[in-house]
Amino acid sequence: MVNLSGAISLIGGFPALAGVDLTVDDGEIVVLRGPNGAGKSTLLRLCAGLAPLNGGSGTILGHDLASRERRRRIRRETGLLAHQTFLYDELTVEDNLRFWAKANRADPSTVEPILDRLDLGGRLRTVKISALSAGQRRRASVAVMVCRRPKIWLLDEPHAGLDQAGRDFIDEIVRHAVRFGATVIIASHDHGRVSNLATRTVHLVGGMVTGAEDGQGEGRSVS
Amino acid sequence: MTSTSSKATYVVGWAAIVGLALSLLFALVLSPPEVNMGDSVRLLYVHLPTIAVSYLGYGITFLGSVIYLRNQSPFWDLLAGAAAEIGVLFTAFVLVTGAIWGKPTWGTYWEWDPRLTATTVMFIMYLGYLAIRRMDLPQEVRSRRAAVVGIIAIANLIIVRYSVQWWRGLHQGQTLGVDTQLDGLMLFSLFLSVVAFLLLGAWLLIHRFRVAWLERQVEDMRLARALSERRGEAGGAALGGVVS
Amino acid sequence: MFRDAWLMASKDLRIERATRVGTGQILPFGGLVLILFGLAISPVYQVTVAVGVRRPMLAQAAPGLFWITVLLAALLALGRSFAVESTDGNLDALKMAGLDPAGIFLGKSAAVAAQLLALQLVLGIGAFILYGPPLADPVLLLTVVILATLGITAAGTVYAAVASGLRVRDTMVPLLVLPVVAPVLLAATKATEAALFGPLDNGWSWAMLLGVFALLYAGVGMLAFGPIMEES
Repeated sequence: MVNLSGAISLIGGFPALAGVDLTVDDGEIVVLRGPNGAGKSTLLRLCAGLAPLNGGSGTILGHDLASRERRRRIRRETGLLAHQTFLYDELTVEDNLRFWAKANRADPSTVEPILDRLDLGGRLRTVKISALSAGQRRRASVAVMVCRRPKIWLLDEPHAGLDQAGRDFIDEIVRHAVRFGATVIIASHDHGRVSNLATRTVHLVGGMVTGAEDGQGEGRSVS
Repeated sequence: MTSTSSKATYVVGWAAIVGLALSLLFALVLSPPEVNMGDSVRLLYVHLPTIAVSYLGYGITFLGSVIYLRNQSPFWDLLAGAAAEIGVLFTAFVLVTGAIWGKPTWGTYWEWDPRLTATTVMFIMYLGYLAIRRMDLPQEVRSRRAAVVGIIAIANLIIVRYSVQWWRGLHQGQTLGVDTQLDGLMLFSLFLSVVAFLLLGAWLLIHRFRVAWLERQVEDMRLARALSERRGEAGGAALGGVVS
Repeated sequence: MFRDAWLMASKDLRIERATRVGTGQILPFGGLVLILFGLAISPVYQVTVAVGVRRPMLAQAAPGLFWITVLLAALLALGRSFAVESTDGNLDALKMAGLDPAGIFLGKSAAVAAQLLALQLVLGIGAFILYGPPLADPVLLLTVVILATLGITAAGTVYAAVASGLRVRDTMVPLLVLPVVAPVLLAATKATEAALFGPLDNGWSWAMLLGVFALLYAGVGMLAFGPIMEES
């Protein structure tokens, strides 16, 4: 699924990733842990085909990160839940979901069930994104991701700023994704919570992997 | 490469100085005044070569941009940037000498002459190109966007040039002062000054390019250091034990 | 490509319908500029346009003033069009969706063009009322308005994209766009002069120049949007 070797990624001339070696297998739930500025977000963006690969080598889903052509494929087949919502603030939840479903060439008939399943179907449907709470926004972003059906889910601090119910919801989504065959990589500060999910925890410091340990999470395969 | 000069630039530089001195002699002393324009024709020996160098600069920018988009080589990117700077510098010089020339020939510093108008617009357009080269973006992104603009700029240049000419041309015949008649010695002076200015332009271009190249190397070295510092962070953490 | 273009354009127009930035801010701004021009050029000034024919200077200058107003409004609309994409990382999301860059270009310029055309309908009526020029040929005028708008939006979208993702975007876009659309201003002004005052023979050739410009930049945008949008 993910295969990085000595991966270097520069953000504004700064080596956010300074040589990452990481292999993630099909169906794993990998948790990235490390202090602020360790390069967790950049690593996820690299896996999504957004951050550049400036050194080393890597493949995502078998596509070479060094090739611009292949990177377009990677972008289509991975899903990123980032700090930004990836939604249009001024449009309603439903308009956003319909637009992104079409943009991603997803089946339009899946929009309704997804709205319902993520509790966005009722009153929230016609509310603008800018008027939603942090948790509701995150749910709307997840809804887009669900309808894209990515093979790899890249979640950047998915629990941040959410209440208990919101966090439970994220956990449930992650389990759900894995059950349907996805691989998940989560960057998180939240120590206790994600450990329950993880099949493996990878430590990132100074843009490099400094250690890893296996977990007892619910992923499908062992590393 | 640690210096921007070399034997070649030394030769080019001296040739430019000698050439400029000679063309000064020919332009101001040896060549005769023109029948219609009188002594003010002598500005032509500065004006025309300057335009030639700036157009050549923009041409190199175009070429460098095309090649850069094809092979992503920093050489052509930096060359395109350096050439645009030389082009802008000489265009500024053209506008100033044009205004000085305008006073005796037209009686004003500014005339809505098609060439003058188009050159001014073009000048601002390339200032925009240089602004793109200074944008706060990752280097490859900046270079790619600059290359795209460096290519389109040539098309803009042509459109601006002809539309402005058409704009004035519909009202009056295009006039650049009075009819000029250049005799042999005047043509030779012109030729000489064109060569001298081209040498000057080449000399400036080589040096400007090398400065940019050295800057890029410094950037790479800084990056290498940042990379090892970054790895040091990771190493320190590994030694100190990972927080869990 | 056209599917993506349609998707982007309808999305941008839906955002406009929801926020009314165009009708609520850009349109009043344009109207204000028209009035300010009237204050700058006193309505009592007269110019002699031909032997024995005098006209208020404001009416004579109306075409140029109108097109400058449109250009200023276009800068705002272009800035808005890209601000919408960059606030919540949506350019990244568009890339992840794998939309055709040429389609994004066509869609975004079509949406800006549609807004500008609607704007010009109101501003045009305003200009006729405020400056009081005659109207010799409405068909030529309409042609000029459409072709000039397409040219301005196509070129403007290319350069707005070049400046996207920058903190200095708001100041970069005018510097990049205005010199490039100077020929459009020129051609549109001359063609509009012909459409208002006649004789019309030159007007159509200027309109043709506008058409060529629009086509050229439509082609440039479709080719260049990929390299411009690619982040690394």
